[in-house]
Amino acid sequence: MDTETQAPNATSERNLRPSLLKIFRVFVSAGGLSFGGGAVAYLREYIVREQGWLDDEGFLGAMEISETVPGLIAVNMSVIVGDNLRGVPGAIVAVLGMLLPGSISVMALAILYQSNNSNPDVRHFLLGIAAAAVGLLATVAVQLGRRQFGKLPDAAIVAITFFAVSILKISLPVVLVTLGPISVWLYRPSASPERQPGEHLPFHRGPRHHLFRR
Amino acid sequence: MRLLHLFLVFSLLSVLALGGGNSILPEMRYMTVNRLNWLTDAQFRSIYSLGQVVPGPNMLMVLVIGHQLAGWLGMAVVGIAFFVPDFIIALSINRLWIRLGGWPWRMSIQRGLAPVAIGLMISGTYTIARLSLVNVTTVVIALVVLAILLWRHINPGILVLAGGAVCMLLSR
Repeated sequence: MDTETQAPNATSERNLRPSLLKIFRVFVSAGGLSFGGGAVAYLREYIVREQGWLDDEGFLGAMEISETVPGLIAVNMSVIVGDNLRGVPGAIVAVLGMLLPGSISVMALAILYQSNNSNPDVRHFLLGIAAAAVGLLATVAVQLGRRQFGKLPDAAIVAITFFAVSILKISLPVVLVTLGPISVWLYRPSASPERQPGEHLPFHRGPRHHLFRR
Repeated sequence: MRLLHLFLVFSLLSVLALGGGNSILPEMRYMTVNRLNWLTDAQFRSIYSLGQVVPGPNMLMVLVIGHQLAGWLGMAVVGIAFFVPDFIIALSINRLWIRLGGWPWRMSIQRGLAPVAIGLMISGTYTIARLSLVNVTTVVIALVVLAILLWRHINPGILVLAGGAVCMLLSR
């Protein structure tokens, strides 16, 4: 992730106990303006640069948690930032704000789709969208892989996970309860004490943010 | 009965979504298409695509699945099942995290789960590729999007819409 300095007024005007309405409005903006899965980059723009609620380090810390716990990363970020600002009510309004614009839009499209799903143009349009999404997902995979595939244990775990899920079709709960602990064990505390902090997470300086950097 | 089923399936998917929503695409497709026969592959693919063109998190497609299967109540049930468990987990871990700072296993968990999450993400990509790369046009669209994004930082939302338009025009 790039590390430009904060907007000069961000620190001087920052208010670390914003109203719930303000939190809601900021997350509605981030949720409503991010197309193509870039919600995290928009969150950073609003939360770090515009509002100054977190500095870059705090944002990366929230990203670490968001990527380690299950769930959509943008939603987990909303929970954590909302909770840190205003506790549980803050987390609730942040998540609702993040989800509201997309939920309304997707349901509007769903109703349009359900009445036009025999139209060949609609079907081909949606097919092309899925194909383009494969290109986008593959980009993220390639860029994560550049960082991750060089190191042997990582590359092996990535490959085994893919093979187990997609080729052997082992169910996801089984894969997680076997490979998860094995992989954590490989990185057990005594295994490599010389690691540097900050080099651990594949995602947080990864392509998502570069992809959507404006 | 169907509402209970929807609730169970999507709350399970919720807690399995390691490293983001794409990780559970293979399992979601398996459950909704193969196991429970709720959707066809073509419907699953179309609903996935609807989720790609709206703002915010991509996995809002789950709301459409709930609506398709059980109306507005189904949508609400899926929304609660899919988002509430993760909300509780994220909130709890957030409050524990600082206290876990000195715990050496915290870093091991973070570090160890990351390559598993990447493997799952690649599996999610593979699932959508199998469903959508059905002819030369769609393969070319995927490769062109990949090439453009590796070359330049462009808002992928624009490319996704362009992919849909190109596929529609070339299929006429």
